[in-house]
Amino acid sequence: MANRPMLEIVSLEKRFGTNTILKKIDLKVAEGELVFVIGPSGSGKSTMLRCCNRLEEPTSGDIIVDGRNIMAGTRRDLDSMRLQIGMVFQGFHLYPHMTVLRNVTLAQRKALKRTKAEADARAIDMLEQVGMAHKADAYPGELSGGQQQRVAIARSLALDPKVMLFDEPTSALDPELVGSVLKVMKDLKSKGMTMVVVSHEMGFARETADRVVFMDGGVVVEQGTPEEIFGAPKAERTRAFLSRVSG
Amino acid sequence: MDIFIDQFFNIEIMRKSLPLLFKGLWMTLQLCSAVILLGLIGGLFVALGNMSERRWLRWISIAYTDLFRALPPLVLLIFIYAGLPFAGINISPFAAVVIAFLLNNSSYYAEVYRAGLISVAKGQWEAAQSTGLSPAQTLIHVVLPQAVRNILPDLLSNTVEVVKLTSLASVISLSELLYNAGMARSVTYNASPLVLAALFYLVLLWPLVRLVSHFQRRLAA
Repeated sequence: MANRPMLEIVSLEKRFGTNTILKKIDLKVAEGELVFVIGPSGSGKSTMLRCCNRLEEPTSGDIIVDGRNIMAGTRRDLDSMRLQIGMVFQGFHLYPHMTVLRNVTLAQRKALKRTKAEADARAIDMLEQVGMAHKADAYPGELSGGQQQRVAIARSLALDPKVMLFDEPTSALDPELVGSVLKVMKDLKSKGMTMVVVSHEMGFARETADRVVFMDGGVVVEQGTPEEIFGAPKAERTRAFLSRVSG
Repeated sequence: MDIFIDQFFNIEIMRKSLPLLFKGLWMTLQLCSAVILLGLIGGLFVALGNMSERRWLRWISIAYTDLFRALPPLVLLIFIYAGLPFAGINISPFAAVVIAFLLNNSSYYAEVYRAGLISVAKGQWEAAQSTGLSPAQTLIHVVLPQAVRNILPDLLSNTVEVVKLTSLASVISLSELLYNAGMARSVTYNASPLVLAALFYLVLLWPLVRLVSHFQRRLAA
């Protein structure tokens, strides 16, 4: 991983009142790297992810995407920088009143100011990439959870982000639908996308992640290759967590 | 029986009062358009203020909705029409009615909007903003269409109330439908123009009321 850093989290802190959720987190993600974040619930991993595009406002610290600090600048700067940071949510959050195609073209038209023809073409491309082009005219309510999540991924990809953040992308899915979403994510990785994934799919992490980060109590306890973390965790807390999730 | 029919359903008198009533209807429609349109716009802004992260904005909009929902619209109307001239502000009866009912109705619209905005999941805001849409774009393209769909029956119900409310303008002699009907009655010593006016209101409002029920059923389904 000699690549330049695409996403840098610098001494990120997040407090809610007197409750400190994130304690001076530092994390660098290189271009094309897939960083997989694990940890018990309440460890702050989702909060960290949501701080990366300021859906959650950091209390202090910096978030640097491809050399630009998203903590600096105006509200409008933030909107334009969010275009470079794709995000996929546990609950998909497709727009239920729009067709799949319009879900994928909306931000292209309004935020990137692409023409309708450009946006449509790009949307169809992305929908093909996630295997959903045949449902372009359907409404989200007519799709399965796995299909909705793949459309949500296409919606983000259509904006040509530099980093993709996945916040428990398969946790709301029926087990038989998880595979289709993970496959799309694996394709994305092989195409060189920089990705940060918060998830419990340890099998996927073993197979696809470049690096696994274990968080607990608002700090990064340990990080390393999947072999290191899953095979020979150094910290006691990591061992305890892994033995719990592997049953 | 003949006296009853002559007093309330006198076709000849109705026919004669028709031009005056149409004039009144036209005024009522103008009042309604102004109050409804401005109320729908103003109510949205008040609702947004109510949900703002800025505390002072929240307080202002809460004070606004509390005050103008608690004050009877007729009191508000008389206060504005008869009271403002003493403060050196002279406004036309039309403007007085629009202002008074706007203050009242935008408060009700605001409460309806607020319920609608709350009904849209927070994830919709987050998803839209994560794709680089501005807060205004998110509201216009993502949140508002869903909110309005959820509150359509309530918005329409409130609109029906506005139309009925405008009849109060007769109190300050604005020549809207009810006032003109009253004029025709006092000239002819016959109540038939009032019956005709009631019919006008019915024709105006019955489709709206039907529509409210239709949307309510559709939302319940």
